[in-house]
Amino acid sequence: MDYNFHWRPVFRKLPELLEAGLLTLEVAVLSMVLGITIGLGLALLRMKGPTPLRQIATTWVEIARNTPALFQLFFFGFGLGAFGLHLSPYLIVLAGLTFNNAGYLAENFRGGFLAVPETQVRAARSLGMTAVQTYVRIIIPQVLKIVYHPMTNQMVWAVLMSSLGMLVGFRELSGETQFFASKTYRIFEYFAVTAVIYYVIVKIILLASNLVARRLFKY
Amino acid sequence: MSNSASFFTDFQATDLLFLGEAAGRTLGISAVSITIGTILGCIFGWALQASRWFAQATIGTVLDVFRSVPLIIQLILFYNFFPIIGWKMGPFAAGAFVLSLYTAALVANVVRGGIDAVGIPMRRAARSLGMSYWQDLRYVVWPIGLRAVFPSWVGVALSVIKDSALVSVLGYLELLRASQILITRTQEPFIILACAGAFYFALSYPLSKYSKKLEEGWTS
Amino acid sequence: MIEIKQLHKYFGALHVLQGIDLNVSKGEVLSIIGSSGSGKSTLLYCINGLEEIQQGQVVVDGTTVHDKKTDINKLRQRLGMVFQQWNSFPHLTALENVALAPKIVKKASKDQAKSIAEKQLKHVGLGDKLDVYPSALSGGQQQRLAIARALAMEPEYMLFDEATSALDPELVGEVLDTMRLLAEEGMTMICVTHEMGFARDVSDRVAYFHQGVMEEVGSPEQIFAAPQSVHTQKFLANVR
Repeated sequence: MDYNFHWRPVFRKLPELLEAGLLTLEVAVLSMVLGITIGLGLALLRMKGPTPLRQIATTWVEIARNTPALFQLFFFGFGLGAFGLHLSPYLIVLAGLTFNNAGYLAENFRGGFLAVPETQVRAARSLGMTAVQTYVRIIIPQVLKIVYHPMTNQMVWAVLMSSLGMLVGFRELSGETQFFASKTYRIFEYFAVTAVIYYVIVKIILLASNLVARRLFKY
Repeated sequence: MSNSASFFTDFQATDLLFLGEAAGRTLGISAVSITIGTILGCIFGWALQASRWFAQATIGTVLDVFRSVPLIIQLILFYNFFPIIGWKMGPFAAGAFVLSLYTAALVANVVRGGIDAVGIPMRRAARSLGMSYWQDLRYVVWPIGLRAVFPSWVGVALSVIKDSALVSVLGYLELLRASQILITRTQEPFIILACAGAFYFALSYPLSKYSKKLEEGWTS
Repeated sequence: MIEIKQLHKYFGALHVLQGIDLNVSKGEVLSIIGSSGSGKSTLLYCINGLEEIQQGQVVVDGTTVHDKKTDINKLRQRLGMVFQQWNSFPHLTALENVALAPKIVKKASKDQAKSIAEKQLKHVGLGDKLDVYPSALSGGQQQRLAIARALAMEPEYMLFDEATSALDPELVGEVLDTMRLLAEEGMTMICVTHEMGFARDVSDRVAYFHQGVMEEVGSPEQIFAAPQSVHTQKFLANVR
């Protein structure tokens, strides 16, 4: 093996890489917040919506789940270009991740709602609670517990997926790494360090999620 | 306007062939990776289930890394690592190598869950009938576990087919990369992306529905 | 007083209640017996408006239950209900289970709701389980929790839908004891039940339902010692 590893130039860029890591986290968190909101809406539409809206929701969910995430990103990149709509790299990634998150989460939410027995609604209504009170106080908290773990997985998935940003010119962690690596030809070293950063980010998310779960779900 | 656009050409029938070949390559690299990854994943999964701490410390840790680092980073890392240790690997070989390990990491988890699903009481019952460890695995754990894991395995296989799109980053000419090239040439992003998306969808949608039906049929 | 007049209820083509006439006056304990599918549970759901009806009416203290203008959530505060599946809210402690409805439905203050809940949990013998989650309670304890939860709304009437049917045999007694206690305190109760002992000893009147029809109603002595209808005789012969 006559290859000489050069780690020093990579470590010198560590602050930049970590900053890009924050951008990765930012876009992932934002896409989750949007994804949860839209996913909840899609799940409710699929269960209770009028037919045309239900079909739109179903189409969204099935496309998100049955095509590659990269395809979805390309769609928001070049695809919208066909209609003269050109998003910034940041928005392409955010839109792509949100679309994907919403689709997957909608199915999780739907499963969660179906898992709470109908008798819980009856019990709550028999105490005089309104339909809205029953949802907010009784159903949603139970659904939240059921979907919490899948939601954590989706958050991890969003972080990993955001790396596709480098293919549409977004300078998040992967894009930034690519940028430095191509300037120095130290591709392996740069991406090795980046891999470690991703690993640490993922572990931190899982740890935080466990801590929050322990506080949230005592039963 | 039409003169200046002569650099771009319209979408033609030969382009469809170009896309078709690329779709074939998507299927090819997926099939190889899923096959190798499933075999490895079964072995790893069994090892993880059978000998807790040792396998966990070794295989478990490695597979965990594969699940916690973006696939695209794994691809670039290995593609650039092989020349360092003197292996000559093209985009296909390197891509299939990484995708196989990635598949194995996902399958191992599924398999371990499947063996757990069979449950200790049932296995005790089998052993109490005088079955050996291997007979228990062959006649009890395998058939019951297979039912439990098959739908999840289909899910893994489908996600590998979709994730194989990332091998394009190594320059491998699979479906999405071919689409990208065509889009640059023809400036017809919508129709080309629609074709590519329809291909993935037509493959994934029926299979995922089928496995969901199996799952529901078996659990009820 | 609960007045049921010519009540008809269909599930699709199925005629589950075929013209029920029944009055329950204040302080009375009525047990409804009959085989499953006889419509007795459906009757309870019709009384507190959890089921729509097709014909006739149910009037509770002068308020028509299925009238569009009736504030059903307000009316339900007068009608406590206990289900076969106890339906504890799994994400709330015993105290929170009981305190929730007084707080959000009756708009009681936090302290008020808490003291009502404590009082009712002690009432059903769960005074030492205030901060326990339902998953740590036995079926019998969860059913008593459900009773306390209904009582916390200070209802005028209590409806019991086979409150002991889903319980392990050794846990039935504690729930029946709680129901007996309520009866002694003068609560107006309608109990759909398979416990013939309870029906005979605790109720003022017993009604027998058969295939959507109220075959017979009368004092426990009358129903158990000298049933008039052939169906009632057959049923009682089988359950003994």
